Amino acid sequence: MMVELGKYAGTVLSAYGISLALLAGIVGLSVVQARRAKRRLAAAETRRRAARTGGAA
Amino acid sequence: MLRAPGGFNHGAMASVWEYANPTRFIATADRLLPWVAAGAALALGVGLIWGFFFTPDDFRQGSTVKIFYLHVPSAMMAINAWAMMLVASLVWIVRRHHVSALAARAAAPVGIVFTLIALVTGAIWGQPMWGTWWAWDPRLTSFLILFLFYLGYMALWAAIDNPDTAADLTSVLCLVGSVFAVLSRYAVNFWNQGLHQGASLSLDAKENVADVFWYPALVCIAGFVLLFVALVLLRTQTEIRRRRLHALEMRERMG
Repeated sequence: MMVELGKYAGTVLSAYGISLALLAGIVGLSVVQARRAKRRLAAAETRRRAARTGGAA
Repeated sequence: MLRAPGGFNHGAMASVWEYANPTRFIATADRLLPWVAAGAALALGVGLIWGFFFTPDDFRQGSTVKIFYLHVPSAMMAINAWAMMLVASLVWIVRRHHVSALAARAAAPVGIVFTLIALVTGAIWGQPMWGTWWAWDPRLTSFLILFLFYLGYMALWAAIDNPDTAADLTSVLCLVGSVFAVLSRYAVNFWNQGLHQGASLSLDAKENVADVFWYPALVCIAGFVLLFVALVLLRTQTEIRRRRLHALEMRERMG
């Protein structure tokens, strides 16, 4: 499945390359940040529960 | 549950505000995200492959017309993302729902990426067609200013420690920046000059591009809309969790 881009091949491919890289970047960054926030919040909630249990004991 | 007494409209409105509850929002977003993300991947995949591989070259622009499938949807979403931030900011100003302020914050990095794609693909497309990467044309200039507003908005959120103060000030900035979001859309009509053409996709059939380009473009636009929704849902969840984490850490330090 090849497409003939002619003399504008560089123009079209660079536009697609940069755009898809930017889209992949924001998707990747959002997923990484989401996982990190979820993990850090879970750890903080665990510490809070442990502190409460310890305080009650 | 908040339920206003009286007519069904009040009940419907009350149900919208239920999502202002962070826990409720996270649970709903968790359910929606896989479907919206899958829809975005499917629409973007189909639209871009259709546009890139299965559409002809334009008789004047040659193969550069394929940039259309990225340039137009990203430009549309750059403006629409700001419009969504405006609505969320107004909800924050009027009703003080934290989730709406956090949703506006979450949308900004997505919006700036769409703006950057529109600017970059426009410059790359403009070079062979207009003979220049850049011109101080009304639409291009208003888009550059919109990009700077996105940067300023994100910098303001990052610069202020108190989240409520940050939400207040960024909401005001969002209101001011909305002027440029509107100008980005209508600059060509207002000034009727410059290099950039008018609307490529509109309800007026005379202005539209040919169907062979229009249909894959519609699929790409659907893909960009769904991608925006998916990313805003995910990033709003992240902002809610960060806010909760910040509160817990402050309590730990105090205790």
